[in-house]
This record gives sequence, C-alpha cells and structure tokens, in this order.
Amino acid sequence: MNIVKAENLTYEYIRRDEDGNVEGITTAVDDVSLRVKQGDFVAILGHNGSGKSTLAKHINAILSPTEGTVWVDGKDTRDEEEIWNIRQTAGMVFQNPDNQIIGQVVEEDVGFGPENIGVPTEEIWERVTESLRAVGMYQFRKYSPNKLSGGQKQRVSIAGVLAMHPKCIILDEPTAMLDPNGRKEVIRAVRGLNQVEGVTVILITHYMEEIIHADKVFVMDRGKIAMEGTPREIFSQVEKLKALRLDVPQVTLLAYNLQKKGVPLPDGILTTEEFVKALGL
Amino acid sequence: MSIIIDHVNYIYGEGTPLATKALNDICLTIPDGQFIGIIGHTGSGKSTLMQHLNGLAKATTGHIYFNGEDIYDSDYDMKKLRSKVGLVFQYPEHQLFEIDVFTDVCFGPKNLGLDRREVELRAYEALEKVGFPKELFYQSPFELSGGQKRRAAIAGVLAMEPEVLILDEPTAGLDPKGRDEILHQIKKLQKESGMTILLVSHSMEDVAEYVDRIIVMNKGSVMFDDTPREVFHHYKELEEVGLSAPQVTYIMHALREKGLNVDTDVTTIAEAAKEILKYYS
Repeated sequence: MNIVKAENLTYEYIRRDEDGNVEGITTAVDDVSLRVKQGDFVAILGHNGSGKSTLAKHINAILSPTEGTVWVDGKDTRDEEEIWNIRQTAGMVFQNPDNQIIGQVVEEDVGFGPENIGVPTEEIWERVTESLRAVGMYQFRKYSPNKLSGGQKQRVSIAGVLAMHPKCIILDEPTAMLDPNGRKEVIRAVRGLNQVEGVTVILITHYMEEIIHADKVFVMDRGKIAMEGTPREIFSQVEKLKALRLDVPQVTLLAYNLQKKGVPLPDGILTTEEFVKALGL
Repeated sequence: MSIIIDHVNYIYGEGTPLATKALNDICLTIPDGQFIGIIGHTGSGKSTLMQHLNGLAKATTGHIYFNGEDIYDSDYDMKKLRSKVGLVFQYPEHQLFEIDVFTDVCFGPKNLGLDRREVELRAYEALEKVGFPKELFYQSPFELSGGQKRRAAIAGVLAMEPEVLILDEPTAGLDPKGRDEILHQIKKLQKESGMTILLVSHSMEDVAEYVDRIIVMNKGSVMFDDTPREVFHHYKELEEVGLSAPQVTYIMHALREKGLNVDTDVTTIAEAAKEILKYYS
C-alpha cells in the first residue's frame, strides 16, 4: 500500500521583477515520480536548492503541482475538498521549533490541532497524553514551551502533529538548528514513531548519520531524483554523492579512504560495529 | 594585541525575581590569529559570551580588555570596537536587505564614513575573500542559493575589516558541500590575513577539522579550554553536558576495545586513516 504516490510531478515558480513582470520560470521539481510505502522510513537528501522542500510541500498540499499528480492515501492533493483530510493524513514538521509552537503550556499546544477539528474534549486529552508519551515529553506537559530546549520544543512540535493521528509525518530539516543532544532526541523520537506507532516518516536532512536506518533514500538534484536506494546502496557511491554536494557518515568515509589505500573493506559501511567487524576484529 | 576577559559575570534581569546567571566568572585570553571553536549545548552561555566581545552585552562585573584597553572605560569608543570585532549572527542572510549584493556589502563601510572609493574597494575585497562569484555581484541577494547568501552576509561583516571575526553557527542549514566551502574559506581567511576567528558550532566534526583551540561552555562557565585532541579526550564528560566527540573518535575507541592499539585521541578522518594504516598495510 502506497501512502504517497507522485506521478510526473512538476512544479514551476514564476519569477517576477519589481513591477510584477514575468522574468522567467524556475522548475523546482521536474517530472518526479515516486512512491512511499505505508509504514516506511524514507529519507530525502539533496543540496540547497535541489527541490527537496518543494517536493515535501506537495505531500501535505501546501503546494499544488503545476503538472502531474500527487496522491496522499489515495486522494489527489489538487482536490480542494480533500485538502483538510490530506493535511490530517500527512502532517509536517519544519526546521525552526519556535515558529511552530503557539500554546502557553505544552499540553495546550499539542491539543490545539485536535481541538480545531472538533475532537471531543475527553479524546483530545487522550491524544495529548499519547502523543507526548510517544516523543518522551509527557513529564513536561505542564511546562511553558519557553522553558524547553530546542530538541524538546521540536519534540513538542512532533507531538502536535501526532495528535492529529496522521498516517505520515514529513520532517523538513527538523534538526538543523539543534545541538548534538537535541538532534539525537529528535531522531530517536522519530524512529520510535515509525517503529512503534507505525507512522510513515519522510525525513529531509543534511545530516547523513541520521538516515542510516531508513528503508529508502531519495537523492534530489535540480528538481529530479538523481539516486534512489537503501542507505547502503546510496552511501556506497561516495564520489557520486560528493558531486551532488552531499556527504557520507564519517565511518563510511573513513572506510572508503582506507579501501582506497588497499585495506580490503566492503562498500557502504554504515556503522562503527560494521567497520570493526569488517576489519576482522 | 589580544582580547582578555577578566572575571566576567553576567546576570540577566538582575534585581528581578527572574534573575539568571548567564556567565559565571569567565577568564580567557584570546591572542591574535587563533582559530577558536566555541561549543556548548543550547543555553550554555556561548552566544552571551560572544555578545560581550563586541559590546552588545555588558558584563555585570569584571572587565574585558581589547588590545590593552578596558572596553568599559567611560571614554572607550564602542563604535570602534564594533568595527574591530565583527559578529556574524545565525542565519545572517536574514539581514540582507539591499537591492544587490554589492550595495549590501557596501552598507557597513559606508556607515564608517569612508569615501566612496574606499567603500567599494573594501566591498570588492570582502566578496573576493569569501569566494563570492563575480557574475553574481549585482544580483538581488534574494535570488541567491543558501550558501551564496551566507557568503554575501559574511562579506558584509568582513568589509568592516575587523581584526576579530565571530561566527555563530555559520553553516546551519547548509548542504555538506556548502558547509565545507564556507569553513574552508574561513580557515583561509585566518591563515592569510591573520584574523582571529571564533566559531560557535554544534558540529564536533567541523570543530575538530578546522580549529586550533576549543572552548567548551557549560552552565555559563568554561568547562574545557584546550586543543581539539585534549578536549575530545574528555568525551565522557562532554556527553554528560549534551555534547560528544566526533564520530571518528568513537570509532577509534571501538577499535581499541577490540585490541587494536590505536591512538584514541584522534579527531579527524585523515588522522584516523593514518593510525589504522599502521596495522593494515
């Protein structure tokens, strides 16, 4: 079952000068077709300006295709009548936690979404409790969001999306502004949602270590999908990734450099454990 | 010539119930020409400390000497200090506002009251120093890629010809290649012009790769102040305060545990490869 399906998706921006005259057209997403299976953890990589965020914004109908079609849980995102259903099915978390939290108290913030769609009060509280537990923030439910760290705020944002009972969560560089601990907390919470709650995860990131456990990776370049495969398949192609302005995890790069010096190591080593084993230790 | 921070304490909202000690008895000497990394989790006081260096925040008690002069002397010229200590904020491209890049970079030196020729010369040099492509000089800053915007914004500070450059997470949100390019440019700047660089970063890998000295902040105090090698030797203590060592350091520890007698204080991939090759060549 595919939760997201894009067929020949193209999205064009019209650039205008100061007087509003058309200067040109930029194709941000160029004839992309992809499928995301229900329950998968999918990563999207790509350099700045490669079109990954534009692609992501189509999945919860923030943007509508110029050409082609996107279906979320079988619903066409251009269908105005389905827009709210689509946004409930596919929730989005952005880079800056401060732009996503509106409540004065953590639990109020998480309850905001369900309240807006008319969920009965008692059920709102159930959802708030579940969601905060799922991201490990339940003990902070009475806190003011101002008192939380970046990683904690970002987990509250995720809980807010989770309270809408989505089938799919799209996270657009959720860890870009966080310190190492915050980054770990958020990624752990996201993996938990995927594995325990079975929520489909689409993660956009510039941190290669965050996606070594993904089921599938898409690499975007100039609006197109340039590479597609498992993390091991993708990270085996060090030179190609570098040409696309990307990187590999440090352990992968170390193994790759040693391999070039003649140490017999397999391609695409992803973890320290694999590396130690491959060295015969 | 140098900066001396002498027993600096800073309390937010002193005399109110919300008073918080943000800096606690900081003593540091920053000689000319060093490349220093500042690390610490969110709220550890690193940004507050940086704000003291160019007078944006004033110590509650203690002194700061810039090139031998106390910056808190009543006749000290704060404006001059601010032109000597350049501060590049997080996401500095949010501060770009002029119609084209060149005019934007001219803004700072123009405000110093320099004549037009000198202003333009400085702007030109600054853009060259950050490796900004000439064909984009007269582009609107809003049409640039993330990495180019970031460069333009850094050039705006460099055009003031500071002696000390402070960068608060200059690579946040950039793709891996963009991150390497910016850090490489900054390193070059330090080497070629002897500028003192203070780099606030959440990436242990970047800090290990580029800086000569690391200052670790925790709860408003200096926790460690040493070479990357020595600082990351204390990786367990760093973990306790929400930081870590670069991934490569952990790899070396894992190898050591399995009986390979490698140096565990290694902090970069190049060093690690060299160590491992001693046993596998």
